[in-house]
Amino acid sequence: MNASEQIKALATILYKEIHRFMRIWTQTLIPPAIMIMLYFVIFGTLIGKRIGQMGGFDYVQFMIPGLIMMSVISNSYSNVVSSFFGQKFARSIEELLITPLPHYLILTGWILGGVARGLLVGAIVTIVSLWFYDLNVNNWPLCIFVVISTSVLFSLGGFLNALFAESFDDISIIPTFIMQPLIYLGGVFYSIQLLPPFWQTVSLANPILYMINAFRYSILGSSDLEALGFSIYSALGMIVGFIVLFFCICLWSLNKGRGIRS
Amino acid sequence: MKALSISNLKKEYQGGIQALKGIDLEVEEGDFFALLGPNGAGKSTTIGVISSLVTKTSGKVKILDIDIDENHSLAKKKLGVVGQEVNFNQFEKVGDIIRNQAGYYGLGFRKSKENAKYYMKKLDIWDKRNEQARKLSGGMKRRIMVAKALVNNPELLILDEPTAGVDIELRRSLWDFLTEINNNGTSIILTTHYLEEAERLCRNIAIIDSGEIVENTSMQELLTRLEVETFILDLLQPINKLPEVSGFQMILESPKRIKVTVEKEQGLNAVFKSLSELGIEISSMRNETGRLEELFLGLVEPSLKEKD
Repeated sequence: MNASEQIKALATILYKEIHRFMRIWTQTLIPPAIMIMLYFVIFGTLIGKRIGQMGGFDYVQFMIPGLIMMSVISNSYSNVVSSFFGQKFARSIEELLITPLPHYLILTGWILGGVARGLLVGAIVTIVSLWFYDLNVNNWPLCIFVVISTSVLFSLGGFLNALFAESFDDISIIPTFIMQPLIYLGGVFYSIQLLPPFWQTVSLANPILYMINAFRYSILGSSDLEALGFSIYSALGMIVGFIVLFFCICLWSLNKGRGIRS
Repeated sequence: MKALSISNLKKEYQGGIQALKGIDLEVEEGDFFALLGPNGAGKSTTIGVISSLVTKTSGKVKILDIDIDENHSLAKKKLGVVGQEVNFNQFEKVGDIIRNQAGYYGLGFRKSKENAKYYMKKLDIWDKRNEQARKLSGGMKRRIMVAKALVNNPELLILDEPTAGVDIELRRSLWDFLTEINNNGTSIILTTHYLEEAERLCRNIAIIDSGEIVENTSMQELLTRLEVETFILDLLQPINKLPEVSGFQMILESPKRIKVTVEKEQGLNAVFKSLSELGIEISSMRNETGRLEELFLGLVEPSLKEKD
């Protein structure tokens, strides 16, 4: 396939993926908006007033970047894992495998689909949050880079999960038992400076902490990372490093036919 | 040029099951070729390897002289495959399914739309283009699969039991359609359990059994191997008793129908002459279907018995 054909094929995969999650918008776009609204009402407005300041900001203001990131992460991941595994399960993945499409293009198409949903949900959550607090972005380029790269990373994670999954149970284990705890313990709702030193050190092993704090820094201009002696660039480097690692594993697995060919 | 060339193709699944034991197969360009075999013989595995759904253990596969390992992308561009089972997202609209398939081959939106429209009209599914595929009958879904396989105008089309479980009307219309596209130059490889279908459509045939090709010849050559042939004679007037015609085995199937078995070296003239002398007039005559079935069973019976 020449470059022009590859672009057309990639556009087709992306169109199909966007069309898929837009067709079921009541399941893909509305629930995150409602959930975030509830977080704002309960934790922001009701409980937040009693909490007061967190990390030098109003509690609701502190929460906003974490909630946006939480939505982007979980929607990017779930879009790819459910779509790819669904196609594997229904064997409709065969319609792609019999075509001349190179594997990296199939992978890129799914990642872009995950990023599209992650960013759209992120935008919806941002709009919802504007009802509760006036948001000013401190560093736009950093903000855009962090949100897109994190979305790419979790789309890759979803793809990897779907590739190795053999049943519907397998695609819910990682989000439930690994991702959700890491997101909630990654500083969405609290500053890790509140933790005792031992748990602060343990928290530093959580990669999602760096993503949420890098995003918080890009919006608020301050985060736990600098306070704990880490530069924002180390967080960005880690995200890029994980992207390269996950992309290589996904592509290698696809080339080997893992989970898709007998 | 060969439409398909397979040499020493082997496939061993996990657990040591040898699905293909080094098969060789060649299909001429423009041919209508039947690949037959009992269940589990290796037909679908062969098709799976050609279409990259199954990873081969060893061997070479060339599509129109292009090695699938050396130039995977170009080889696949020339191929269209109709799988055994429905393999598209049934929640999508018919038009989208077919247009997207064209897009995967790198066709632009306008060209994809144009090709999809052409094949939807050809296969009588144009009126269903805006309906979700899951709401359609099994026969309609089959047509979608055929349209999907053809939307990139492949030079080699492989159909894995395309008429399994569909009604006679659709089967006949698919036969006519496949004959038409074959006449227009598309090489076709067909696997089927309906031997009548293979006999009617295909010029050449290979029979695969237990992962090995046990026969590979022309349909005509294979059928000449029949030692005996059976004909059905319909009579103008009913008879009550079977007439005695020496040298032929006859059965009175009904008062107006006789079944006669003719050996290879015998002619039918003697039958007509004898019946005419007895005042029995024949209104029509036809071959009993299932000639290929007899040969097929003869070739694969040993392995079928082994499985039993």
